[in-house]
Amino acid sequence: MTVLGTAALALAGLALFVLGVALGHGAARRQREHAADSDGARALAQALHTAALAAAPLRAGLTPDTARKAARRLRPQLGTPALALTDDTAVLAWDGAADHHRAQLAQRLAQPPRTRAFPLSCDDAGCPVRWGVLVPLAADGDAPGALAVFAAAESGTLLRATEEAARRLSLELELAGLDRARASAHEAEVRALRAQISPHFVYNSLASIASFVRTDPERARELLQEFADFTRYSFRRDGDFTTLAEELRSIEQYLELARARFGRRLKVTLRIAPEVLPVTLPFLCLQPLVENALKHGLEETVERSNVTITAEDEGTEARVVIEDDGVGMEPERLRAILRGTAGPATGIGLSNVDRRLRQVYGDDHGLVIETGVGAGTKITLRVPKFRPGVQAPPP
Amino acid sequence: MNQTYGIVGVTAVILATVLVGALGLRVSRTTSDFYVASRTVAPHLNAFAVSGEYLSAASFLGVAGLVLAQGADMLWLPIGYTAGFLVLLLFVAAPLRRSGAYTLPDFAEARLESRAVRRVAGVLVVGIGWLYLLPQLRGAGLTLRLLTGAPGWLGGLVVAAVVTVAVAAGGMRSVTFVQAFQYWLKLTALLVPVVFLLLAWRADHAPAPAWDDRPVFHRATEVRVDRPLTLTVREPVRVTVSGTVDGRPAHGTSLRLGEGRHRIGADTTVRFPAGAHVPLPDRAPDRTAPSSWAEPLSPDRERHSLYATYGRILATFLGTMGLPHVVVRFYTNPDGRAARRTTVSVLGLLGAFYLLVPLYGVLGRLYAPDLLLTGDTDAAVLVLPQRLIGGVAGDLLGALVAGGACAAFLSTACGLTMSVAGVLGQDVLPGLGIRHFRLATLAAIAVPAAAAAVVGDLPVADAVGLAFAVSASSFCPLLVLGIWWRGLTPPGATAGLLLGGGSALTAVTATIAGGARSGRLHTLLAWPAVWSVPVGFAAMVLISLATRDRVPPGTATTMARLHLPEPTPTPRPGPATT
Repeated sequence: MTVLGTAALALAGLALFVLGVALGHGAARRQREHAADSDGARALAQALHTAALAAAPLRAGLTPDTARKAARRLRPQLGTPALALTDDTAVLAWDGAADHHRAQLAQRLAQPPRTRAFPLSCDDAGCPVRWGVLVPLAADGDAPGALAVFAAAESGTLLRATEEAARRLSLELELAGLDRARASAHEAEVRALRAQISPHFVYNSLASIASFVRTDPERARELLQEFADFTRYSFRRDGDFTTLAEELRSIEQYLELARARFGRRLKVTLRIAPEVLPVTLPFLCLQPLVENALKHGLEETVERSNVTITAEDEGTEARVVIEDDGVGMEPERLRAILRGTAGPATGIGLSNVDRRLRQVYGDDHGLVIETGVGAGTKITLRVPKFRPGVQAPPP
Repeated sequence: MNQTYGIVGVTAVILATVLVGALGLRVSRTTSDFYVASRTVAPHLNAFAVSGEYLSAASFLGVAGLVLAQGADMLWLPIGYTAGFLVLLLFVAAPLRRSGAYTLPDFAEARLESRAVRRVAGVLVVGIGWLYLLPQLRGAGLTLRLLTGAPGWLGGLVVAAVVTVAVAAGGMRSVTFVQAFQYWLKLTALLVPVVFLLLAWRADHAPAPAWDDRPVFHRATEVRVDRPLTLTVREPVRVTVSGTVDGRPAHGTSLRLGEGRHRIGADTTVRFPAGAHVPLPDRAPDRTAPSSWAEPLSPDRERHSLYATYGRILATFLGTMGLPHVVVRFYTNPDGRAARRTTVSVLGLLGAFYLLVPLYGVLGRLYAPDLLLTGDTDAAVLVLPQRLIGGVAGDLLGALVAGGACAAFLSTACGLTMSVAGVLGQDVLPGLGIRHFRLATLAAIAVPAAAAAVVGDLPVADAVGLAFAVSASSFCPLLVLGIWWRGLTPPGATAGLLLGGGSALTAVTATIAGGARSGRLHTLLAWPAVWSVPVGFAAMVLISLATRDRVPPGTATTMARLHLPEPTPTPRPGPATT
């Protein structure tokens, strides 16, 4: 007991000692650094920091909310009694005193945008504001708003400071415009990547249906019905997302048509956990993978081919695996396909699905493909059960 | 109890769980047979799963124990546990499903478009999950102690290990089938023994429990005391003792215990004659004072019992909707309509189960009153078959009940661990990455396992009540206001979650850590829902009103999605199926 006690005491003492050394060391270093700084550098760093901080809210665009935040941070820097931010027609935010001049400011917005200094008049003898300056903000060659600063008396320094501040804010608005442009480009890319069914498939399906028309008209009618359902699903235009249940339904129609062509050579096993059927995922992102598996399994060999489609529940994600025992592929070639450098018309489906998954869920949710020559192919994708903005349209 | 039967029962349950989990995955067909999409989980199957996951050790063991100890007031617990789903059905089930959210943090983000609210919700989910896991592991410890004589902390550890392996190895993959199976297992494990117990009770000339008196040993009973205990004897009684009483060793000698306090040493066996009053341990003062057991709100049992009852009612009625492992099961439903159907079925299934539980409490009062003496009232369900029936039949029924108890804490613990691990990995420690799910699983179960080994005795059902209280004061306001009020803003939601949930969490942590043992403060802290639920709602509403300009821009769209019913799916215009 005493040995244990002594040991504990010694340990505690050691810990205290180490803590003290660390603290002392840190304090000494801070002091040294402080002494080495020049006052000018410190002041400059401080000024740049506060200026950047004040303009930052406008990075999200010019709205009442962001204008309010920016105005609140900007006014102490300019040291004025009142400051306002406007868009091109109305006052968005007024920070500080004397906001009975709001209407006066709003009238000035109707004039063409350029820097103006103007006197203010009012009945209030104690009003801290007698003079104002209005500087338009410039973004994309346009004037989306203006910065107004008010003071007790005319001041050239304040005018220059206001112009500098306006330039800073304009810069952030330019960046906000760039963000918007990037977002819409992204959206356009997602639209462009929307999968298309392959023309070969349409041609082959119709040919194999035609072969049944005389020998088995009932079968031909069923297949035509499947074909109609499948194309209706594939051509639908509402929304970029669908549920796993819908996607699997269309795959079954697709497989039914494929079976009409390949007959007994094709064996498909579905192993689907019912829990993941409601999961939302990008529209037509499985069908190209199944088509790929069939192509590798059947069109390049003569024996029969097994394709397995598995969907499992993995907590916050669903895992979908598509596996075939076909000819496989050289990993190098696969890498080229996914990079999009394998030449036209090869594996467009694969790289398209991969890019769309990355677009929607981020880079760690791309396709995982395991393959080798003669070893079959196994494609795995993990789909999060929830992602904001990912919503399937009602069926 | 015969150990072999019990161990076989528990092992059988674990094996069956693993088998169903593995076999569910094997349900695979070739495509020509049927359409996959029509295989979405049917509402009634999902209802079995929800019930299976929901009925925990607190329901299976705890409620009967509390009814045994404290009588009619405790009947509010099974009512509340069930009625929580009624509130869920009326206000939350369908809109929550339509929101597309899988977890509660998902809902917070979908509705309020804010990562910050999501993170706060994540932390609360983890807190509630841990609070709920704690009594499950204690129930496990109790069951295994009765079966094998192992110390309580070991049982908790064993179950924690089983759960970690099952969850981390993906053994819960066909979770719907596993949980549905567990529901029926639990119902059977209570229903079959209760039939035999009632027959045995009739054969015993149907004695009525001592409704209006302190409990009496109905038969001559031998009580084994493992830990030293101080008893208060009101009427002198002659007992046979092996061990130590009042510091004097005794070896099968007959002793007279006079009125007053007596110290019973560790590892002592005391045999009470039939008809003797049950002396009560000192740490349960006034709990079973005269003429109180069968009467609700009896004034002399516990002070502030009306307040405590309202606390229980509020917590259980409003807390169910915020339980992380219940919410994720609703994602399995294909749409809002199915979610509602599921909830209705759950109401029926839980109702059937909870009808049986109080019977065990009453029979326990009659045939196992010595549990009051040792304080192990949670064991009532487990010991009754042995006490009433005995022999091989008693052993077999005992094994069945033990298996059911095992199913109870296993299914709930697995579900909770999965939910907590998911949230830990996604929201609380996003640096871990999704691939470290196993690490998150370990963290999810290790904390409550450690706590279960450390904290003192708290009846299982009361400890679960604490988790309900936190959920009722944080997620009930978030869900109800989020679904039914356009004006909710991210700052308002954060404030409500932090103030309501945070204050309740503080109160229950203080209770578990044993801050105040009695008095007004203890009552306030042990049943916080009465004040913390209004605090949560008020904070959310007031702060939202104060920050009216921060209403998320997509609110109108989100609200439309939550409340517009999905169109009825059109039947496939395919060929006539033959």
